[in-house]
Amino acid sequence: MSHHILEIDRLRHVYPDGTEALREVSIRIVHGESVAVIGANGAGKSTLLAHLNGHLLPTSGTVRVGHLPVGRDTLAEIRRTVGMVFHDPDDQLFMPTVYEDVAFGPMNLGLSGEDLERCVKDALRQVDALHLAGKPPYHLSAGEKRRVAIATVLSMSPDILVMDEPGNGLDPYARRQLINLLKDFKHSKIVTSHDLDLVLDLCERTVVLSGGEVRADGPTREIFQDEALLKECRLEKPLSMQGCPICGP
Amino acid sequence: MASISAALLDLKRLDQLASGTTFLHRLDARAKVLATLVFIVCVVSFDRYQISPLIPFLIFPAFLIAVGELPTRYLLGKVALVAPFAIAVGICNPYFDRQLLLQLGALRVTGGWLSFASIVLRTGLTVGAVFTLTALTGFPAICRALQRLGMPRPFALQLMFLYRYLFVLAEEGGRAAKARELRCFGRKGSGLKSYASLLGHLLLRTWQRAERMHMSMLARGFSGTFPEQVKARLRFADVAFLSIWVFLCIALRLSNVTHSVGALFTGLLP
Repeated sequence: MSHHILEIDRLRHVYPDGTEALREVSIRIVHGESVAVIGANGAGKSTLLAHLNGHLLPTSGTVRVGHLPVGRDTLAEIRRTVGMVFHDPDDQLFMPTVYEDVAFGPMNLGLSGEDLERCVKDALRQVDALHLAGKPPYHLSAGEKRRVAIATVLSMSPDILVMDEPGNGLDPYARRQLINLLKDFKHSKIVTSHDLDLVLDLCERTVVLSGGEVRADGPTREIFQDEALLKECRLEKPLSMQGCPICGP
Repeated sequence: MASISAALLDLKRLDQLASGTTFLHRLDARAKVLATLVFIVCVVSFDRYQISPLIPFLIFPAFLIAVGELPTRYLLGKVALVAPFAIAVGICNPYFDRQLLLQLGALRVTGGWLSFASIVLRTGLTVGAVFTLTALTGFPAICRALQRLGMPRPFALQLMFLYRYLFVLAEEGGRAAKARELRCFGRKGSGLKSYASLLGHLLLRTWQRAERMHMSMLARGFSGTFPEQVKARLRFADVAFLSIWVFLCIALRLSNVTHSVGALFTGLLP
């Protein structure tokens, strides 16, 4: 079975303080799909993402990546397969230089010498950041940081890319650059975002979470046209679908 | 908090200087670290009343600044920042130590003034050398060099993380302090109490960030130890640089060049 398939089956998660963050969540994502997980603050998006590479383990239910269930004994393989790009790039870029940061994952996987160098350079080239290799991460702009954070994950050749708010804090140019970059990736992608226009551009399928439950799962455009559903889940139509406020729809 | 932001920008400049391409920048960090250590040990090992033998040691930072094409004024500014500490340490010496050591006409120089000058000069030399080393090498490279020279690995990693997140923490702290200030309207606010709470929040935020960082490290296969990088060997230029400076520092320590030069000139005079 391909590693690119992700199956979440009746996933439930209860935090130690008793908060039930996810209730019976079931999603199946197949090879090459680009799926957005959207929802209001506190809907359970981050908790869901944390289950995809084993940072959190289910209270009940299962998460499977390909043929592997996510569990303590499969963490190493799961984490190579599912690349996680964090919400804040400063959490992800902790090494003294961009090069070392991108090399961190492959080195942990045992790469060295020319193989390592090729892998790091390929990843940086993919995000158009090869020229930043020698720079310390705190000298980068927000857009550069985001691209480098993606490279740190790409260098491990993941099958599935998981991104938490990838467009957050980017200026319009950097945001567009990121969207174009992500469109070109052939990986299965799971994206959480409050930027619904970015979702519209990037993901053909959308899952709406509300109160820890899946409220809707379907083609992005259809979901964004369901105004009642969006309102109920404390969401709004993306601006590009709202029509012009002066000339009307 | 503006001063913190300015200090951060200054640190970033130090980093940018380290990305230079001169002969000194390209030397192995270990050679530069060891040479600086020997320099510092030699400088601080002088007797407290000695000043003249310290002066030739200026050649070390001067050489590094000139050949490394570093901005002299900027580095002098950095040293000046530390000067008040040295002055605070030595300022009582003239008061306690009134033993007359030198009389130049009406000018009476006591032991206290000499030791005070010696402290300030030694601080200038050692701090200047360390800033110059950082500007030529970069803080992370110095940490790695120290680790390869025997410093415990966890300590080196702590230092590197400290340096990396210093920028993030200071920016967060700066924002929080600015937010506090904007709602104080020029008054004290709740004074120290509000700062205590602000610091508490910063600590908690740092804690949360550390957890997220650890998550991101685990997500990239971290298993408790940092993978070793390929270790570069010392080249001829590194060994030559180190040997020359170690030899020169020890020679300057063992012989008072200033005194010899002075004696030479006074000997020539009729």
